[in-house]
Amino acid sequence: MAPPARPGDAAYANIEKVNAELFTLTYGAVVRQLLTDLEDINEVNKQLDTMGYNIGIRLIDEFLAKANISRCTDFKETADVIAKVGLKMFLGVTGTVANWNQDNTECSLILDDNPLVDFVELPETCQGLLYCNILCGVIRGALEMVSMKTEARFVRDVLRGDEAYEIRLKLLEHLPEVLPYKDDD
Amino acid sequence: MLIGSGRSKQFLNVVDRPIGKGKNEVSLSAFAFLFSELVQYCQTRVDNVAELERKLESSGFGIGLRMLELLCHREKGNRRETRLLGILSFVHSTVWKALFGKVADSLEKSTEHEDEYMISEKELLVNRFISVPKDMGAFNCGAFVAGIVQGVLESAGFPARVTAHFVPVEGQPRPRTTLLIKFSEEVVERDRQLGG
Repeated sequence: MAPPARPGDAAYANIEKVNAELFTLTYGAVVRQLLTDLEDINEVNKQLDTMGYNIGIRLIDEFLAKANISRCTDFKETADVIAKVGLKMFLGVTGTVANWNQDNTECSLILDDNPLVDFVELPETCQGLLYCNILCGVIRGALEMVSMKTEARFVRDVLRGDEAYEIRLKLLEHLPEVLPYKDDD
Repeated sequence: MLIGSGRSKQFLNVVDRPIGKGKNEVSLSAFAFLFSELVQYCQTRVDNVAELERKLESSGFGIGLRMLELLCHREKGNRRETRLLGILSFVHSTVWKALFGKVADSLEKSTEHEDEYMISEKELLVNRFISVPKDMGAFNCGAFVAGIVQGVLESAGFPARVTAHFVPVEGQPRPRTTLLIKFSEEVVERDRQLGG
């Protein structure tokens, strides 16, 4: 018997795909380029986050158009959709959501594996590098476009010896919906 | 730290891990978004279109090095091509298939120059979602792929200069991309000495 379909599977099945190695190596090329140009690891982390943000604010449109999900009622549901549908649709992997705080405003997205890191090993000189930091930016950017101001940062990283990738995601505030232009303009 | 049996893959040194069949996939848009960020970032670090192309080529170059190593190991039992036509068809079919899921549309020899070859693609993956602004002239993001090809060739011992060009096609709204491969003199000379 086939296993029951998971929510992200349909979205993943319906989109066009490319070979993951091309993606992995291209991401590696980006990180290498930044390391060469910027020289400072913290600057690289920051730049990766910025690139992710730029991607996130565009990617959310495609996500809403193609993922076939209904409006999330709370942040808990949002986090779940990111882990089960969002990550699956774009990267082909799913994560788990855990470690909620009491007010349900902060949680962890945990990934056992992700396609960005195949073939990767951090050399001694790059120990402070948050290799996958682009993901934090993507999530932050995408959520900002649906009126949620958030903060996302890596707290565990397999490349740095941890057991899993863990992104700590914190809801800062719900942004009021603002029309991009006024009627009388 | 004790190594758990279920998740040992992650704790193994990167060279001890199984290499994988290269069949995993991610969404095309994930790649397109990433590539677009790479191009935009590169734009902030250069002064003109020629420099932008060089920068994209150098990004691709590192991918080429790695692709050669990976594919020779996976597809060819750690052997690599030693002849000019062999390595070209390796790029045209094996490398292309691994990167883009298909063989390249064509591989041709230049009729004018003995050391020049061309690989053409009607719709190069990296150019799928790119429209070049008018003021950037003949800029072609295929420079990134040119860099990959150059990386493969150079690390295989076939130094060459590879550049990407748009070539209009009759009856088609969009031009195709042709990668022009110009081998170094010694490569052509060596191949001639090896005979046919």
